[in-house]
Amino acid sequence: MNKKISRFKIFLGSLRDTFRLLRRNKLGFLGFIVLIFIILMSFIGPYFVPFDTTSRLDKIYVKPSWEHPLGTDSQGRDVLSQIVHGGKDVLIVAFLTGLLSTLIAVTFGSLSAFIGGRLDSAITSLADIVLTIPHFPLLSVLAAFIRLKSSFMIAFILALLSWPGLLRAVRAQVLSLKERDFIEAARALDLGTSYIVFSEILPNMMNYIVISFILSMTSAVYAQVGLILLGLVPLASHNWGVMINFAWTRGAIFYKHSVYYILSPIIAISLFQWSLVSFTRSLEEIFNPRLGQGV
Amino acid sequence: MENILNIENLYVDYRARRGLVKAVRGVNLELKRRETLAIIGESGSGKTTLGLSIIKLLPSSAKISQGKIWYQANGKKYEVVSLDNSKLRKFRWKEIAMVFQSALNAFNPVIRIWDHILDTADSHDLRLTREDLRAKVLELLRLVQLDPDRVLRSYPHELSGGMRQRVLIALALLLDPQIIILDEPTTALDILSQRSILELLKRIREELNLSIILISHDLSLAAELADKVAVMYAGALVEIGSVYDIFYKPLHPYTMGLIKAVPTVTTSFRELISIPGSPPDLIDLPPGCKFHPRCEYKGEECLKDEPVLINVFNDHYVACYKWEKIKNGKNN
Amino acid sequence: MERIIELKNVSKFFTIGGGLFSQKKTLRVLEDLNLSIKKGEIFCLVGESGCGKTTTGKLIAGLLKPTSGEVLFYGENIWKMNKEKFKKYRKSVQIVHQDPYSSLNPVKTVYDILSAPLLKHHMVRSNGQCEEKISELLKIVDLTPVEDFIYKYPHQLSGGQRQRVVIARALTLNPEFIVADEAVSMLDVSIRLSIIKLLLILKQNFNMTFLFITHDLAMAKYFGWNGKIAVMYLGRIVEIGPTPRVLENPLHPYTKALLLAVPEADPEVTRNKKIMELRSLDLPSLLDLPPGCRFNNRCPYMEPGKCDKIEPNLYEVEPDHYVSCELYGDET
Repeated sequence: MNKKISRFKIFLGSLRDTFRLLRRNKLGFLGFIVLIFIILMSFIGPYFVPFDTTSRLDKIYVKPSWEHPLGTDSQGRDVLSQIVHGGKDVLIVAFLTGLLSTLIAVTFGSLSAFIGGRLDSAITSLADIVLTIPHFPLLSVLAAFIRLKSSFMIAFILALLSWPGLLRAVRAQVLSLKERDFIEAARALDLGTSYIVFSEILPNMMNYIVISFILSMTSAVYAQVGLILLGLVPLASHNWGVMINFAWTRGAIFYKHSVYYILSPIIAISLFQWSLVSFTRSLEEIFNPRLGQGV
Repeated sequence: MENILNIENLYVDYRARRGLVKAVRGVNLELKRRETLAIIGESGSGKTTLGLSIIKLLPSSAKISQGKIWYQANGKKYEVVSLDNSKLRKFRWKEIAMVFQSALNAFNPVIRIWDHILDTADSHDLRLTREDLRAKVLELLRLVQLDPDRVLRSYPHELSGGMRQRVLIALALLLDPQIIILDEPTTALDILSQRSILELLKRIREELNLSIILISHDLSLAAELADKVAVMYAGALVEIGSVYDIFYKPLHPYTMGLIKAVPTVTTSFRELISIPGSPPDLIDLPPGCKFHPRCEYKGEECLKDEPVLINVFNDHYVACYKWEKIKNGKNN
Repeated sequence: MERIIELKNVSKFFTIGGGLFSQKKTLRVLEDLNLSIKKGEIFCLVGESGCGKTTTGKLIAGLLKPTSGEVLFYGENIWKMNKEKFKKYRKSVQIVHQDPYSSLNPVKTVYDILSAPLLKHHMVRSNGQCEEKISELLKIVDLTPVEDFIYKYPHQLSGGQRQRVVIARALTLNPEFIVADEAVSMLDVSIRLSIIKLLLILKQNFNMTFLFITHDLAMAKYFGWNGKIAVMYLGRIVEIGPTPRVLENPLHPYTKALLLAVPEADPEVTRNKKIMELRSLDLPSLLDLPPGCRFNNRCPYMEPGKCDKIEPNLYEVEPDHYVSCELYGDET
C-alpha cells in the first residue's frame, strides 16, 4: 500500500512540476490559455449560446451592437453564435487528422527505421510516392466520387495524405536513436523489437511526437478550410470555414459593416493556430528538463 | 626566480537553477617563470573554472566574487580580475593563452585550418600583415612538427586527433605568450598520440622558455611534465608541492588515495586501494573539511572548520589537520 | 576449463560508398581474427582507437554478424544455432558500455530499467518478486540503501552510480560472460577502481568470464593480471599471451612502443622511460591498408622485402605467448 501511495505522490508532484514548467514560458502559457478557451467555447459554448437560425432580412450585415456583438451575416443571423458553434467541426477534424497521421507516421516510421532492410525500403518508397501526389487536385477528384460530409471522413482522407512527411522525420530520429548504447543493451537483453521500439525508443521522442502532432493539427485546419473554400466539401454545417466561404460567395466584401463577418472566422482560425503553435513552446520547456539538464 | 603569476584568495561562483555553485573557494597559487604547474583534480573539483578564471574567460553565469590574479613579466604587470574587456583582449593570447578541454571539437568542420587560423588571428587584433602571419604560422607548425602543406589546406576531420591538438597548441603560441594553460590536453588521444604531445610540450617549453599550467585528472600527466603539483578537491587546494613530494611523500588523505588508486604499467604488480564515497555537491558542501566523509583519518576537528593550507616543509603545503599522523604512519 | 567463446578466422568488413558517383570501398575493420576465451577467465583486449577492439566485443556479444568466420559459444556457431539455443546464448553474454550517460534510457527509472528484462524473460512471477530481485541486484552492485536508488532517473545519479546500474542490468539474466567495453574510461579516477573491484567480486562470486576492452594498459594490467591480454592493431591481433608475460616481456614492436609510450603515475619511472621512436606518425587508413604487416610503415625494425610483402605468421615464442611478427620467424 505504501508503495502505491508513494508512486501516486510522485505522480502528483510531477503534475505540479509540469504546471510550473508550463508557466515558465510566458508566451507558451498564454497560448495554452487561449487554446483552452477556444476548446471550451467550441464544445461547451453551444450549450449556452443558442444558434441563431432566424433570417432577418432587414438586418443584413448590421454593425456590431450589444445585441449582435459581431454583427450579422448575409441573412441577418448573428455572427457571434456562428463563431461559437463553428469551432467544433474544425477542431474535431484537426484533432482526428493529427491523431491519425501521427499514429500512422510514428508506428510505421519507427518500425521501418528499426527493422530496416526491405521493409524500410518499401515504406519509404510508399511515403515518397504519396508525398509527390498534389493534394488539392487529388481531393477535387475524390470529391467527385465520395461525399465528404462527415468529419471523420475528411480527417481520414487528410491523414492519408499527410503522414509521409512526418514519417520521414520520425524515421530519421529513430535511425539515430537506434545506435545509442541503451538500445544496444536492450538488444543484448533480447527485449524484442516491439518492446524496444515502443517502450524504449518512442518515449525518448515524446516531445518531438507531441509537437509534431500539434503542428499537423495546424496543417489539417488549413487543408480543411482550403477544401471548404474550394467548395469540395458539402457546406452542410456552419463551421468557420463555411463562414468564410459564404462571406466570400455572398458578396460580403461589398458591404461596409460586413467586415466583421469576414474577419471573425479568419481571426478565430488564426487564433486557434497561433495558440497551438505557442503552446508547443511550453511543451518544449516541459519535455526538455525531464531529460536531465541543469547543473 | 620571480613569480610570473600569483593567484590571491580567489573565489568563483556559478549561478545554477538549484543554487549557487561554489566552484573555486579561496585558492592561493603561485607560478614561477619557466615552471610547469599541474593542477590535479577530478570532475567537479573546480579546476577548469580555475583555469578559465586566469584569463577571465568564464561564462556569464559565473562570477569572480573575490580575489586577485597578478601577472608580472618583462616589465609588464596586470591584475587580471580588474581588467575591462578591451584590456583583456590585449592581455589574452598575448600574455597567457589557453588550449581548452575537448578542444578537438572546437574546430568549425566546414572551414579549412588556414582559415581557422586567420579567424583566430583577426579576433585577437593581431597587427601583422598576411605575409608576416603566414611566416609565423609556418614557423609554429614546424615547431609542432606538422607539415604546413598538408595541414593548412585540410578540413578538421581530415586530420587525426593528435594533429588537431598540435594545431591548437600552435595557435595558442601565435602571439608568443609567456604562459600557456592546457586543460586535459591528452584525454581524448591514443597512447602514441598522447606521447607525441607530451614530448612536444617538453620541447617547446625548453625552446620558448614557457611557463605551463596543466589542468587534468590524469596523474601520469603530472608525473611526466610537472615541476609543481597542486591537488584540488571540492573547489579548494588541499595539497601543493613538488612533483616528487606529491607522489612520494603525499600528506593529504585525498592525494594519497588518488595515488593508491591509480595503477602503473611497467612497475611490478601492486594492489590498489579505492577511495570510498564520491565527491561532494558543490552547491551543498559538508561542514568542516570537505573530504572528511570519505577520509579514514578523520577526527573531531575535521567536521568543524575547514583546514587551511600550511607550509609544512619548504614549499610543501597541505590543508589537513592530520598531516603529521599521515607523515609518520602509513607507508605509501 | 572449457572454452566459452571462440573466434575462428573472423573478419568484419564494412562497405562504404558505392553509389552512382563514387566507388565502393571496403573498410577492413577486422581481418582473420582468432582467439579463444576460457570460462572464468579475464581476457583483456587492448589497442588504440580504430584497432577494432569494440567491433570484436560486439561480435562476441552477437550484436554484429561477422563477414566471414565463426563465432562459437561452447563450440557452437551462434549464427547457425536454432532459436532456442540462440536465446540462451543471448542471455549468457551481456555488454557493459563505456558511456554511463548514454547507456541508460533517460526517461526510465532504475526500476523500469531493471524490471524490463526480468519481466520479459519471465524470471520473476509477480511484482513483489520483481522488486525483491531488483533489490538483490542493487545490493550486489553496492547501490544501497536500495530505496534511495530504485525510483531515480539516470540524470539523478552520478557517473559511478549509473555504471553500477548498467552492471546490475547486465546481471539480470544471470549471464556467464560480460563484455566490458571501456567500462571505466569515462569515470573519475577515484571511482574507476571501485567499479573494477566490483567486477573482480563478480568474477569471484559468480565465476564470471570477462572480455575487458580498453586502451588503458595500466588498468588492463591490474584487472587482468591473472588472465590473458591481446594487443590489437588495425584489425589484427599482434600479440597475445598471459598478462604478466606480455607486459614484462613484450615481443611485438608495437607492444613495446605502447609500453614505452604510456606515461606512468610515478615521476621517476615515467621520466626515465626511453621512448621508442616510430618511423612515422601516420596511421594507415582501414580503407587502404599497406601490403604485408600493417605496422610496417611505422616499425623501427621493419625489414624491406619481408615486412612489406608478407602477412606475418603467428609464432609461439614462450608457452602460450604468441606474436604475429616475422622478426621471430627465424628463431622458431
